[in-house]
Amino acid sequence: MSTQDMTDNTNLVQGETGLWEVVIGMEVHAQVLSEAKLFSGSSTRFGAEPNQNVSLVDAAMPGMLPVINAECVRQAVKTGLGLKAEINLTSVFDRKNYFYADLPQGYQISQFKQPIVGEGSITISLKDGSTHEIGIERLHLEQDAGKSMHDQHPSKSYIDLNRSGVALMEIVSRPDLRSAEQAGAYIKKLRSILRYLGTCDGNMEEGSLRADVNVSVRRPGEELGTRTETKNLNSVRFITQAINYEVQRQIEIIEEGGTIDQETRLFDTSTGTTRTMRGKEDAHDYRYFPDPDLLPLVLSEEVVSEIEAALPELPDEIRARMTGEYGLSDYDAAVLTEEKETAAFYEAASAGRDRKLTANWMSVELFGALNKASLDLDSSPISPDQLGALVDLISDGTISGRIAKDVFADMFETGKAAADIIEEKGLKQVSDSGAIETLIDSVMQANEDKVAEYRGGKDKLFGFFVGQVMKQSGGQANPAMVNQILRQKLDG
Amino acid sequence: MSDILKLTAVEARKALDSKAISATELTNAYIGAMDETRGLNAYVAETQSKALEMAAASDKRLAEGKAGPLEGIPVGVKDLFCTKGVETTACSNILKGFTPTYESFVTNQLWDAGGVMLGKINCDEFAMGSANETSAFGPAINPWSSEDGPDLAAGGSSGGSAASVSSGSSLIATGTDTGGSIRQPAALCGIVGMKPTYGRCSRWGIVAFASSLDQAGPFTRDVADSALMLEAMAGHDKMDSTSADVAMPDLQAAMQAGVKGLKIGIPSEYVMDGMDPAILKLWEQGQSWLKDAGAELVEISLPHTKYALPCYYIIAPAEASSNLARYDGVRYGSRVDEGGSLDEMYAATRSAGFGDEVKRRIMIGTYALSAGYYDAYYLKAQQVRQLIKTDFDNAFTQVDAILTPATPSAAFELGVKQDDPVTMYLNDVFTVPANLAGIPGISVPAGLSEAGLPLGLQVLAGSFREDRIYQVAKTLEEAAAFQLNPVRAAGGLR
Repeated sequence: MSTQDMTDNTNLVQGETGLWEVVIGMEVHAQVLSEAKLFSGSSTRFGAEPNQNVSLVDAAMPGMLPVINAECVRQAVKTGLGLKAEINLTSVFDRKNYFYADLPQGYQISQFKQPIVGEGSITISLKDGSTHEIGIERLHLEQDAGKSMHDQHPSKSYIDLNRSGVALMEIVSRPDLRSAEQAGAYIKKLRSILRYLGTCDGNMEEGSLRADVNVSVRRPGEELGTRTETKNLNSVRFITQAINYEVQRQIEIIEEGGTIDQETRLFDTSTGTTRTMRGKEDAHDYRYFPDPDLLPLVLSEEVVSEIEAALPELPDEIRARMTGEYGLSDYDAAVLTEEKETAAFYEAASAGRDRKLTANWMSVELFGALNKASLDLDSSPISPDQLGALVDLISDGTISGRIAKDVFADMFETGKAAADIIEEKGLKQVSDSGAIETLIDSVMQANEDKVAEYRGGKDKLFGFFVGQVMKQSGGQANPAMVNQILRQKLDG
Repeated sequence: MSDILKLTAVEARKALDSKAISATELTNAYIGAMDETRGLNAYVAETQSKALEMAAASDKRLAEGKAGPLEGIPVGVKDLFCTKGVETTACSNILKGFTPTYESFVTNQLWDAGGVMLGKINCDEFAMGSANETSAFGPAINPWSSEDGPDLAAGGSSGGSAASVSSGSSLIATGTDTGGSIRQPAALCGIVGMKPTYGRCSRWGIVAFASSLDQAGPFTRDVADSALMLEAMAGHDKMDSTSADVAMPDLQAAMQAGVKGLKIGIPSEYVMDGMDPAILKLWEQGQSWLKDAGAELVEISLPHTKYALPCYYIIAPAEASSNLARYDGVRYGSRVDEGGSLDEMYAATRSAGFGDEVKRRIMIGTYALSAGYYDAYYLKAQQVRQLIKTDFDNAFTQVDAILTPATPSAAFELGVKQDDPVTMYLNDVFTVPANLAGIPGISVPAGLSEAGLPLGLQVLAGSFREDRIYQVAKTLEEAAAFQLNPVRAAGGLR
């Protein structure tokens, strides 16, 4: 169940005739990260030449039989556990029958009545700081179809079966989402969890993660409206656009006295609009029945426990640790856990040193520089160890924060270690009180008139002396010590 | 050797071992018999040169002392088994021109054991039929048909296999049994046909009809050959998820054991209206033979037997409607493309490629799985199937094996049952329950009808108890002393 408050008006949409509530449910197809397909030994590698990764089973040659890939089953269980969902120890593969040129068997092997994973949930966080729990209805395993290519020949379609039989997890949410923003946060969070688990690479451009979005509108508190399903959205932007378009379209129709047809719609990426793909009357009768080539899939409690014991730490848990144990702000923790790689970089960079300081340097300086240079974190010229070493040099007073910024810029430019840059350029902070006293003495000697003015009551000149001393030191004098010693000498 | 065609597989193996005959000699005899009996239409593809190559290789292995259990034995292969480099059509126009690049698990086992492939054998289209009449190659003819009378059905779906083994154009042959497709034609042709426990023989590489019912098995002239061939065909296969990893019992010992002390169940439900009285008489005769051999007869009830046929004719077509979806003209086989849409190409290809009986079953199956009908038909049939299984489970707590007639009638005239599919379906009334329950069954030739046509008795046992099957079958065979001498067999067999 959603924690959505019925009286919360923040997500309601204003129509011509009043407020509308948006109800969204999502079906996400996530390609299972595995070497081989769900029921054959063929490779799942993306980008191979057409029809290179096709076995006799994938091409549905006569007499070929599916054999379940245990790795894909483990990945589905792992995902189920990551979604805090119940694992069904017995699940059944069904045949979903329909004819299409890129579906060689004439049926897709899927799970209909008894999926491998039951109810679970995902917590999403929004920009306004609110969190919402989105229910997961089920997760099931199924085969992907091949790909039809209509642009290779003037009158014929070509078929690429490389994807035919690749394992997908269909993850079905409850209709708990109330806005396009929530839907976007949901898919991002789901993607993040899958990537932390290592069960899907989350690559939306390559089609590893795509969503069907069910949208309906209703007057707040009333019965659910008729929904439409917009299929195959493969970016957060498209999901948001499609939902917003659907919401406006549906509200306009109803407000003008019309009714919504329950139908399947297609999203046009060039216009950001949706259009009818097929109506309810054209819906397929898939004639689901248990696949007689496969026995029911039975898992032991032991196997599930083993997978559970080996689960990696998930973003919600890491965030809790970062705000609790490390004392980071919610914002920093959120930024640092969004991507698995970011969290790993941060953990490595901050281990054994000032966690907050490291977080600042990473989220402000490093991300800023990467952003400016249009680089990903994994191509960062500064390694986690190097960033950590820089933080150490700040913490132990070797360099000041201001000098550190110059050192950082140099590190980013050259990939050199902070210590080497400091050594080469002689940037080490002077914290030797004798050396600072000598500097101060020479500055006071050279400005005896100003010393007299100061001592005569012109307090404002203190800043002048600090500036002169820092200038003489080339910026390397420890500013706190300069302040302290200078005051003693001037006032003393 | 002049009587070379009369040797059983067990005898031929001995003769090969003792160098009394060579594999090449044996194969040549069968090639001659294939030629002589071609009018029976048992073969749809003859592979003589391949056979002679394989026979030469067998002779080499025999000389080297590396002979397998079926070394040099000529084998006919039902056209439902995919054979590497040899056209495999399931006797359907839709698969004409399809030559697999792979060999089915079962035939591969046979070649590993030393078997020699003679060719591909006729059957009903996609194994759907009881008279081999739905074959795109026309029916196989029962060699027991009189020289001047009408052609009789060899049974089906494995009609060609039965016709071939009983006429001497193969020594042993493979079959598949979905609702009786091995046992019924074996009974009609006077030979031994055996359906193993579901999961005993891998289905990998066999063109699927109804996946939860299909099971490969042997056609042979006697019970000992049946055991020999089954041992070679069977085996666990990881490529078939329904293949069972259960060791085969010692069949040779079973055939020596006799039936003394065995309890044989006689089900009261295996009687139907219009049954040939000779069959009832033979059944009683079979009971006396077993009793005389020391078995105890036990009357049992299999109360859901009468629902078996309707249940089968929901489940088998339902699975078939889905299994046959892959024959769409896109990747292999025949395609009819008149330049229209994809759907039009499907329709044209499948309309031209499938015969009437296959279309009928696809439509029945599609209907039975449709939204709104699934619960009333498919789901109900699955529940009935469970009851039939339970009937057998209960029976096998009381008895070791069950004796029934194999078919309700002897071989019938080709063409006469074509207009009424239901009459044809009734042929399988005694064989279908074993498929639904997954249990093993055998048909043993045991007597003749008034017209002098062969009749068979069926022995059923619990799952994976093939030893019980062969124990009882061997006893029946010895008591019946059935003579295989069909009129239209090859001269060397008569």
